[in-house]
Amino acid sequence: MINIAAILFYLFSGVLLSSAMMVVTARNTVHGVLFLILAFFNAAGLFILANAEFLALLLVVVYVGAVAVLFLFVVMMLNVEMGNIQKTAREYSVAGGLIGGTLAVELILMLYSWNTSPEAFEMISSPISKDGVTNTQALGNLIYTHYALIFQASGIILLIAMVGAIVLTLRHREGIRRQKIGDQLARDPKDSVSLVDISPGSGI
Amino acid sequence: MIEAYIPDFYRILPEVILILAALGMLIEGSFRKITDSKLTARFCRNAIVAIVIAVVVLCIQHKSGENWVTFEGQIVQDDFIFLAKLLILVGSAAVLAISIPSLAKEQILSFEYAVLVLFATVGMLLMVEANDFISLFVGLEMQGLSLYVLAAINRDQLSSSEAALKYFVLGAISTCLYLYGTSLLYGFAGSTSFDVIGAVIRVESAVGLPLGFIIALVFIIASLAFKVSAVPFHMWTPDVYQGCPTAITAFIAAAPKVAGMIVFLRILVLPFILMYGEWQAIIVFLSFASMVLGAFAALRQTDIKRLLAYSSIGQMGYVLLGVAAGNDDGIQAVFVYITLYLVMIIGTFGCLLSLRGKGHFGVQNLQDLSGISTLHPKIAFILAAFMFSLAGIPPLAGFFAKLYVFKAAISAGLFGLAIIGVLTSVVASYYYLKIVKIMYFDEVPAAPTITFGQSVVVSPEMIVVLNACGIIILFFFIYPNPLLEMAQRAALALPI
Repeated sequence: MINIAAILFYLFSGVLLSSAMMVVTARNTVHGVLFLILAFFNAAGLFILANAEFLALLLVVVYVGAVAVLFLFVVMMLNVEMGNIQKTAREYSVAGGLIGGTLAVELILMLYSWNTSPEAFEMISSPISKDGVTNTQALGNLIYTHYALIFQASGIILLIAMVGAIVLTLRHREGIRRQKIGDQLARDPKDSVSLVDISPGSGI
Repeated sequence: MIEAYIPDFYRILPEVILILAALGMLIEGSFRKITDSKLTARFCRNAIVAIVIAVVVLCIQHKSGENWVTFEGQIVQDDFIFLAKLLILVGSAAVLAISIPSLAKEQILSFEYAVLVLFATVGMLLMVEANDFISLFVGLEMQGLSLYVLAAINRDQLSSSEAALKYFVLGAISTCLYLYGTSLLYGFAGSTSFDVIGAVIRVESAVGLPLGFIIALVFIIASLAFKVSAVPFHMWTPDVYQGCPTAITAFIAAAPKVAGMIVFLRILVLPFILMYGEWQAIIVFLSFASMVLGAFAALRQTDIKRLLAYSSIGQMGYVLLGVAAGNDDGIQAVFVYITLYLVMIIGTFGCLLSLRGKGHFGVQNLQDLSGISTLHPKIAFILAAFMFSLAGIPPLAGFFAKLYVFKAAISAGLFGLAIIGVLTSVVASYYYLKIVKIMYFDEVPAAPTITFGQSVVVSPEMIVVLNACGIIILFFFIYPNPLLEMAQRAALALPI
């Protein structure tokens, strides 16, 4: 049983990491988004292994179902020229590599100082299912009770993003024909339809 | 398990008032057919009223020396935070006041300007009162996102969009650094609360601190250095200052810098106080680099907003000097400095915003100011006072701000840095005095190709703000006690 879990873990994380790598390196952006979806699925698998089935399904529904599809639309509409991006990326590769290398060294150094506390194993084996609280209930408790303020503030942040999107893109242009449902329904056939008798062979 | 729990919204009443005001304006604005600068100006006045109400509520709620913790330790308030919130609220209201007459000229036509300023103010309040890395993050983002949109609000102007994009991308990097640092901290300490992390560091430092804490500290400092534009994380500042409409630049330069500095101080002093040795070295470097770059890079600038950007980088260097001192004097000096910085920067931008010509860009080049003293002696006088104060010439307020910072640095044994601070302030005074020289000794161009700076546009609110700023700067040396007492109260609340 433990072996199966371990095998699944390595399978999921292996595919997750390699598809995440492909997202960044894929030449075709549509392929990149498809690899992103694969990465989401594997992350969902990892969540299920950790007994967090609610989060796993949420990841599939929200990220795969909505976010990634939206990405796909955006990518298809924008028609990004990858050639140019890769050319400019090469110009900055030295500086980027330097900073990335520094970060990598820091991470590796830090791993040496990592020590797992004894309670951590217990927490991993039963992350939330103590005292019969279900996954969803535990999450709800966190979001709506413990982090109520942060939840509300996140709502404000989303509102700001929405206001920003509207401020920056909405334009009131002249000459746009909008639907006016009231006016359209109130039209009378007598005003707009007339019967014309056309004699054969001549136009109107 | 499930218990009745009512969030403690009474404690955050000022924030709630601001949010309700912003939402109300948002609803009214969306139902209006036409949005023009008149509506925006009225909304700005409404926003000022909302902020004033919030200030009154805040003052009534807070009793001196009282501390409270709410939302399960995510939000706290003590004297230090109370005074910081007061500064932020007053700063935001003052910037709104000085921006009203120039809204139409700066092409800020959308009513969302006032709404976004209010949201940014709420974000800043959340930042300073946060006692947890998650609530701090939410505050940072709320403020950051509003500022990015504000920077781009003049969307038809290329420089404004460019500035906003740069600001946004670099802000996103800073957010990434912050999150990376915080997640490391969470991994090592098992909590995001300032108190718990401080306690864990206390326990761990007895047996030798894991490297992860230091790396997390470096990341968080780097991210906050972006917010206060300290060298080497200053790259966005000149472009953003230059590209944005002047009213927006004034807002970005004023209250967010104060909030960023307060957060800087709180993070370093609360969870990381026992890592003083580690962070002091970083802050000393940031301070040194900011002071030097702020002094030398501004020398050759001809664009006044770019010049002020480098000037603010330098000023942040002096504030960081007080942070690096890391003692009681340092906190007091930082508090005095950021208060006076707020006053000086609002006053300076107020003068620039009031000078208007036929074009709508306002003052852009230094030469646009030539001979202003004969045309508008009052504005020229008050602007000259701010310049002398920014340069740190006695007996103006800026001199005392610098004096306290240097005193704190010397009391902490940072002699080298204090000497460099004095020297760079001598270099920096060149360009501040150059502005005064252009205003008073250069001739008005006989046939000006650019007719900027020919007329003065003011409103009653603006006159009040400009006069208040001028009086504080000119007469601070006669009666400095209120501010010094405030700083003392603040420093007492932040034990070091």
